[in-house]
Amino acid sequence: MSVPENRTNGTPKIGVYICHCGINIANKVNIKETVDFAAKLPYVTVAKEYKFMCSDPGQELIQQDIRAGLIDRVVVASCSPLMHEATFRNATGEGGANPFMFQMANIREHVSWVTFDKDAATVKAKALIAAAVHRVSLHRPLEQTRVPVHPDVLVVGGGIAGIHASLTLANAGKKVYLVEREPTIGGHMAKFDKTFPTLDCSACILTPKMSAVRAHPNITLWTYSEVVGVEGFVGNFKVKVRRKPRYVDEDLCVGCLECIEACIFKKGKFPDEFNQGLSQRKPIYIPFPQATPLVAVIDPETCAHFKTGKCKKPCADACQPGAVKFDQTEEIKEVAVGSVILATGFKAFDAARVGRYGYGKYPNIYTSLEIERLVNAAGPTGGELKMADGRKPKSVGIVHCVGSRDNNTNAYCSRVCCMYSLKLAHLIKERTEAEVYNFYIDMRTPGKGYEEFYERLLKENVHFIRGRVAEINDWAMIDEEKGHLIIRVEDTLIGRVRRVPVDMVVLSVGLEAQPDADAVRRLFNISCSHEGWFLERHPKLAPVSTFTEGIFLAGACQGPKDIPDCVAQAGAAAAEALALIDKGSVELEPNTAFVNEEVCAGCHTCLNVCPYGAISYIKEINKARVNGALCKGCGTCVAACPSGALQQNLFTDEQIMNEIKGVMNHV
Amino acid sequence: MKYLYYPGCSLKSTGRAYEESMLAVFGALDIPLPELHDWNCCGATAYMAISELKAFALCARNFSLAAEQAKGDPDVSLVVPCAACYLGLNKAYRYMHEHPDLKGTIDKALQSAGLGLADGVRVRHPLDVIVNDIGLDKISSKVTSSLAGMKVACYYGCQIIRPYADFDDQQNPTTMNRIMHALGAKTLDWPLKTRCCGGSLTGTIEDVGTRLSYILLREAKLRGADVIVTACPLCQFNLECYQTTIGRMYHDRVDIPVVYFTQLMGMAMGLDAKALGLQRLISPRPVIKEAVPVQGGQHVGA
Repeated sequence: MSVPENRTNGTPKIGVYICHCGINIANKVNIKETVDFAAKLPYVTVAKEYKFMCSDPGQELIQQDIRAGLIDRVVVASCSPLMHEATFRNATGEGGANPFMFQMANIREHVSWVTFDKDAATVKAKALIAAAVHRVSLHRPLEQTRVPVHPDVLVVGGGIAGIHASLTLANAGKKVYLVEREPTIGGHMAKFDKTFPTLDCSACILTPKMSAVRAHPNITLWTYSEVVGVEGFVGNFKVKVRRKPRYVDEDLCVGCLECIEACIFKKGKFPDEFNQGLSQRKPIYIPFPQATPLVAVIDPETCAHFKTGKCKKPCADACQPGAVKFDQTEEIKEVAVGSVILATGFKAFDAARVGRYGYGKYPNIYTSLEIERLVNAAGPTGGELKMADGRKPKSVGIVHCVGSRDNNTNAYCSRVCCMYSLKLAHLIKERTEAEVYNFYIDMRTPGKGYEEFYERLLKENVHFIRGRVAEINDWAMIDEEKGHLIIRVEDTLIGRVRRVPVDMVVLSVGLEAQPDADAVRRLFNISCSHEGWFLERHPKLAPVSTFTEGIFLAGACQGPKDIPDCVAQAGAAAAEALALIDKGSVELEPNTAFVNEEVCAGCHTCLNVCPYGAISYIKEINKARVNGALCKGCGTCVAACPSGALQQNLFTDEQIMNEIKGVMNHV
Repeated sequence: MKYLYYPGCSLKSTGRAYEESMLAVFGALDIPLPELHDWNCCGATAYMAISELKAFALCARNFSLAAEQAKGDPDVSLVVPCAACYLGLNKAYRYMHEHPDLKGTIDKALQSAGLGLADGVRVRHPLDVIVNDIGLDKISSKVTSSLAGMKVACYYGCQIIRPYADFDDQQNPTTMNRIMHALGAKTLDWPLKTRCCGGSLTGTIEDVGTRLSYILLREAKLRGADVIVTACPLCQFNLECYQTTIGRMYHDRVDIPVVYFTQLMGMAMGLDAKALGLQRLISPRPVIKEAVPVQGGQHVGA
């Protein structure tokens, strides 16, 4: 590739277009003064202002001036390039110039929205426009390359969101890899008893979808597996998945439970994760009867063979198909996919963090997720809600907003707790006939049929006390309180502090980002909000996209949401992936590196740093050369080159230096 | 590290036993704790409510004196046993660091008194110093007559951990419990360890204040405590001195010894009862005598 010339097609003719963005920019930046300033900058032949540059007439201004031969380069001073760079590049191209003879100056997000003084904002806007003008004067025409989109999709996380996205894609004929960390898919929804507000049995509506995943010819299901490496870019990702050894051959196991029966532990001994530790499992187990795949798993942390090496391994003997395999090792699978849907879900808030609620200290204080298992007919008590001493509770307090709407823990509202608390109130009343008290700050029931459900609970004589609970303990002030848990709360409707003695307490814990969300976001090169939720590209208009093309979000990994919202979002993410696949190809930024052969000394430094193997050494001429098709534009070689022979399109040294000069000259 | 003792008014009057026992304990631990010379009022609640600036300037004067008397040691801490003084001085320290404007104003005020601003003097509670600087191992090693068999209700009150929780958990403080364990005592599991003792309400709206004290005394007794241990002169005063009044008001016996944590430390370390100010206690129960044979001198209830 040859050295870019500083000036193409003679003297540059630059058009500067300053956008009012309604009053967004015009209220803070003196537009008239800025236009006059821009008109006097070097090579500027046209300087104009317009109310909305992104509108059709705004774009038409640019195109007319190019067609009239007044300009051959364009600067638009408006919003962030994230919003409209594509729009104006397109307009530049439509007008007849090369789309890359364009530069954007962000005078909205970087100026008018953050600088309160009008004079200061105007100075800043001028400096940014000068920078863009200086830069664009050195731009040169570039061509975009198109690469095909791989039609396969990776879905990470096998909760309801991941399941729904996978099935949608698979039903559309696309091949899906569904990767789940746990031994079974199903996620949190598989643990719930009923769903609000319809009181559908959660398992009854979920398990058919789980079976469909298992049976679908287009879905490759990898449970007990984690994504450990992601390379590439939109349309062309290479993903590494670690399949942890479950010590049971998935293809041979028929889920007959004989191995579990035969285990040397005659009874369960270790906390059962699926039942929130409320029951015990053996070292070899199947999490629950409808687990998908219905394949046993051996936990090496608790298995006697792995701990001592002395076990006679009756599980292996009991297995007729010979599926128990203690010599299984982890396996790394590598797959190529064109897009990724992240559906990694949430973690329930740890109630012990609010010490004053006594969780873990007093018996009969449970989290909402524990209660889901306790009222579940398939749960550890067969659906019977009993206290530690075996009695049925006569009164139950449900404490809302534990770990939500609290500056000491999480400031945000977890969105689902009011509704699931109502559901649990209904179920507890149905199963125990106890008096049920809900302690709430505000009832938040926006959703189809949600407010009606609240209304129903009011008629079912559930008590509602408005106020954040101060503390829960066993301190009895009067005899009637003895032997109870005392909930102390300011009832803000009657303006008094109340002490409500109950037999059992349910802490309605909020939703938090997964503890490893930050590691996952780094792996997939996306962003997180400060709470750890994966960040969508735009909160309103691109809610399932991320800032990394080809990576989409579904479900609670993006923020707290209930089942209907998770499913809706999963469908949307699948549709986005389908749109990408059906488009067939993507255009890449022409930001590849190139070698100035006159300067290159053939030192090989760049060859060693290039992560993509895109640079080769041409022995005959003792020069390095970049393969543009392999280069991903990371810029590592440009930074490493000791002589400055490597340069990168869109970011040449002289373009960047001139841009800086533009700012410095005018501040 | 240099410690200077800031007494405040209470430890020179109603809380003298606190001063005596703390100084005796620090002496036995070989930790020099000279009193800040020419100290002044911490500003307490009255000043804070009327003029924060004046209250902060009062506190800052103490810091300036401390820096001067530390003789160039940059790592100087005021050890402040009274919970109200501790909060007032700590608040001043924080405000000075968080509000540079205020710091400038205080500096001017101090200059007019011929003093310079000292914003590096830290404010520490003896509980903090004992647990985090001296260490519980050293405390255990000094125990000559273990408090084994004694059941102690550790009562923290409000101001040591609220609003600032510099050295302990805000909802469930444990420093005093850990010291008591190091002395061999058992501590009571009770949820009232930070509940209000009545504070200054006992002096203004007595029935409201004494009701709050009654709740604490009754619960400590119900749960089988032999003694209530405090780290605040006002808490100790409220809980001890109103026992007869409260008993009459509520037709209930709430007699239980209320001591300073430093007194129990001194007893376990075999220090002289008089040096610990035990004779100043009015608790009418011989519990302490039964649990710990104190050598010589006058004894509680004796």
